[in-house]
Amino acid sequence: MSYCKQEGKDRVIFVTKEDHEAPSNAELIEDDPNDPYEDQGLILPNGDINWNCPCLGGMASGPCGQQFKEAFSCFHYSKEELKGSDCVENFRSMQECMQKYPELYPQEDDDSAPSGGADNAPTASTSTDSFPTSSPDSTPATTKNLAAS
Amino acid sequence: MFKCKTAWNKLAPLVRASSTLCLQNARKSVLRHGRRLEMVQRAQMSSGPAGGGGENTLYYVLVGATCLGGGVYAYRTVSGDKERYNERMIDIANRPKQRPSAAEAVTAVVAESKEEPVAEEPTLTEAPVEEPLVTEAVVEFTESEPVVEEPVTEPIVEASIPEPTVETQVTEPVVEASVPEPVIEISVTEPVAEALVVLQSEEPLAPIVEIETKPTPVIIAAHVPEASPVSESAAVSEPAPATESTAAHSDVPEHAAYLLIGGGTASFAAARSIRARDPGARVLIVTEESELPYMRPPLSKELWFSDDPKATETLRFKQWNGKERSIYFQPPSFYVSPTDLAKVENGGVAVLTGRKVVHMDVRENKVKLSDGAEISYEKCLIATGGVPRNLQVIERAGEEVMKRTTLFRKIEDFRSLEKISREVKSITIIGGGFLGSELACALGRRSTDLGLEVIQLFPEKGNMGKVLPEYLSNWTTEKVRKEGVNIIMDAVVKNVSYKNDKLEIKLKDGRLIETDHVVAAVGLEPSVELAKSAGLEVDSDFGGYRVNAELQARSNIWVAGDAACFYDIKLGRRRVEHHDHAVVSGRLAGENMTGASKPYWHQSMFWSDLGPDVGYEAIGIVDSSLPTVGVFAKATAKDTPKAATEQSGTGIRSESETEAVAGTLKAETVAPPRPVQQKEDYGKGVIFYLRDNVVVGIVLWNVFNRMPIARKIIKDGEQHADLNEVAKLFNIHED
Repeated sequence: MSYCKQEGKDRVIFVTKEDHEAPSNAELIEDDPNDPYEDQGLILPNGDINWNCPCLGGMASGPCGQQFKEAFSCFHYSKEELKGSDCVENFRSMQECMQKYPELYPQEDDDSAPSGGADNAPTASTSTDSFPTSSPDSTPATTKNLAAS
Repeated sequence: MFKCKTAWNKLAPLVRASSTLCLQNARKSVLRHGRRLEMVQRAQMSSGPAGGGGENTLYYVLVGATCLGGGVYAYRTVSGDKERYNERMIDIANRPKQRPSAAEAVTAVVAESKEEPVAEEPTLTEAPVEEPLVTEAVVEFTESEPVVEEPVTEPIVEASIPEPTVETQVTEPVVEASVPEPVIEISVTEPVAEALVVLQSEEPLAPIVEIETKPTPVIIAAHVPEASPVSESAAVSEPAPATESTAAHSDVPEHAAYLLIGGGTASFAAARSIRARDPGARVLIVTEESELPYMRPPLSKELWFSDDPKATETLRFKQWNGKERSIYFQPPSFYVSPTDLAKVENGGVAVLTGRKVVHMDVRENKVKLSDGAEISYEKCLIATGGVPRNLQVIERAGEEVMKRTTLFRKIEDFRSLEKISREVKSITIIGGGFLGSELACALGRRSTDLGLEVIQLFPEKGNMGKVLPEYLSNWTTEKVRKEGVNIIMDAVVKNVSYKNDKLEIKLKDGRLIETDHVVAAVGLEPSVELAKSAGLEVDSDFGGYRVNAELQARSNIWVAGDAACFYDIKLGRRRVEHHDHAVVSGRLAGENMTGASKPYWHQSMFWSDLGPDVGYEAIGIVDSSLPTVGVFAKATAKDTPKAATEQSGTGIRSESETEAVAGTLKAETVAPPRPVQQKEDYGKGVIFYLRDNVVVGIVLWNVFNRMPIARKIIKDGEQHADLNEVAKLFNIHED
């Protein structure tokens, strides 16, 4: 059973697991998905890409940021059946750029799949393994965090 | 002013005398109206024109003199103002080498108006010149005597400098450098006075205002010819560095579309944000430090726990999953060199290290660096952070004590303390807040291996006494003790002295602590040195630059990070000194610099770990003076910071929310986590901080990865009847 004690102005409540089993009746305000103030996820409400999403890490702001933006935009708006298949050129130039900065974009994987993957754009192409953690670049998210954002 | 006062002082008794005289007359006439008519008449006559004539005349003369003096003073001030304004315009025009025509125009204008001020100048300058001369000459130069003795020659010297400027606009830099120098050398001796007098009649430019209003150029010019009196160096500072250090200037771009002052977390976050939103943006970061932007939390946490003996050098720390990361946000290859910034095709971020911005001209949208270089900007961010505070008793204690004191903030402080921890026998940390407690734990962990005694002392009753409610603060203190730290509470330092190769700390209650080295972790003083020159407001309650909800101080100036006192729409005006806030505010400032116009909305969080058993994340206003409601459950072995990092693979916990990053090293490499033992049941839980019954702050105690819920509750700002129900939202019993 939970019990409660008061230490001056501070109240302390101890609860057991059972106490907290019943769903909460605390009311939370509905979130407005179009709130302009809120930090947005990767894709903005109007469908555009949020280049400032923390999940992208430094991808859009680094030396190859321009190439990355072009490649990913192309992919995002691609209407091909095999999404992104019309963006090979963009991805190639991005890869070329990234090869010039091996410190920033470690090439652990030779897998340069332009079809990098639907949500895993940041982990697309050469950077599949390199992004998540190892590079000094505080880098983009795993799928878990992308989903969260 | 003086005149008025002295005049009044003289007048007052006179007035009193004449008034009492009148009164007496009145009384006499009333009381002895009939009989004493004659006497009254006589009395009246004594104060009439004939008898009191002498006194009255004196009275009139004095009043007249006062009025005249006042009039002359006012006239001088007004014309002096005009003259000062002209001088200032000339200085500004003279500085840039590319605008000779402007300088010419300005000097021409000033030359025209020179007639009036000329005559007044010598006398005018005497009064204001003396005081600042004395103070600054004493401070800056050894040869202060010639300066004080010949204040009148100073303005004249100044006159000579603009002269060549007017004549030879094109070769300005060279001419200015060569001409003033000979002038300076001989100015100290008397013969010059004559020559200079001649010059004076031509160009009455005496930037006395230089002395009064610009101490910084004086400091800049300290390296310029040593014999030069203060005022000269003020003017010389512009031409001289122009030639002497043109080499140094060559790597400083003259213009940067986005100028970020300060090279810390907020600045880097802003740079990233700007680059993301403005394609091809050219961002210049100017930092006093010699390091590229790096993050601070590992300096007091992970780097101390690293196995790698080279960690201090490389500043890399290993995570549980084996992956390493550096504390630098990006390796050097990420950045563009400052000289290339203007040319590189897609723009980039350049970092100018080892340079301090000393002056900001908001009207002209440019800043001046410590070496005299100037950079103009379109948008500017001030992210200067702060400097660690020191205890007054230590500052006054002398050099031996100061040598053995560390003010911890930067990489070099970490390296130095790490080295010291291996050399000394005893370290005392003064301060019981985040930094003090984290360092105490870090050093305490090493204490057994190194044979090091670690003492922590603070005025509160327990660690984090200003953040956590008392019961929790006590519990934390016990944990820190278990890390091997000798904690002394209720300790106010009275003085520190150096005796027998040891530091002796005397507390107010008489206790004496002997130690080898002191670490002062007593707060941060925000750096607001640019406020004066930029005309920015400094907040008196929280310190820092006062900015609005969009982090804007003035039209093209934003402030972020530790130095920003901003308006939080939900929680009110505040200033936050945490890593995640630097990231969030830096990012927001960057967005607003590229046109977003968004207010501070996403609440930043902070976290701390004190050993493997105590870790918490917090958000909002977490002040122990507020009433709190804490909801706790018994913790299992799984609820420790170590486990949290293993699970999410992150160490910088703010990033676990948005970016998966290198995790961190927690504790030793011993595999099984120790079972958590609690005397009281404060194993894990959530604590709500209330202000007027609204939750304004939340601490998640050994409960991780629930920050979004906490953020939501604060954002709602609702009054909840039963906080236990709110606590249910956190599922504290689960992992």
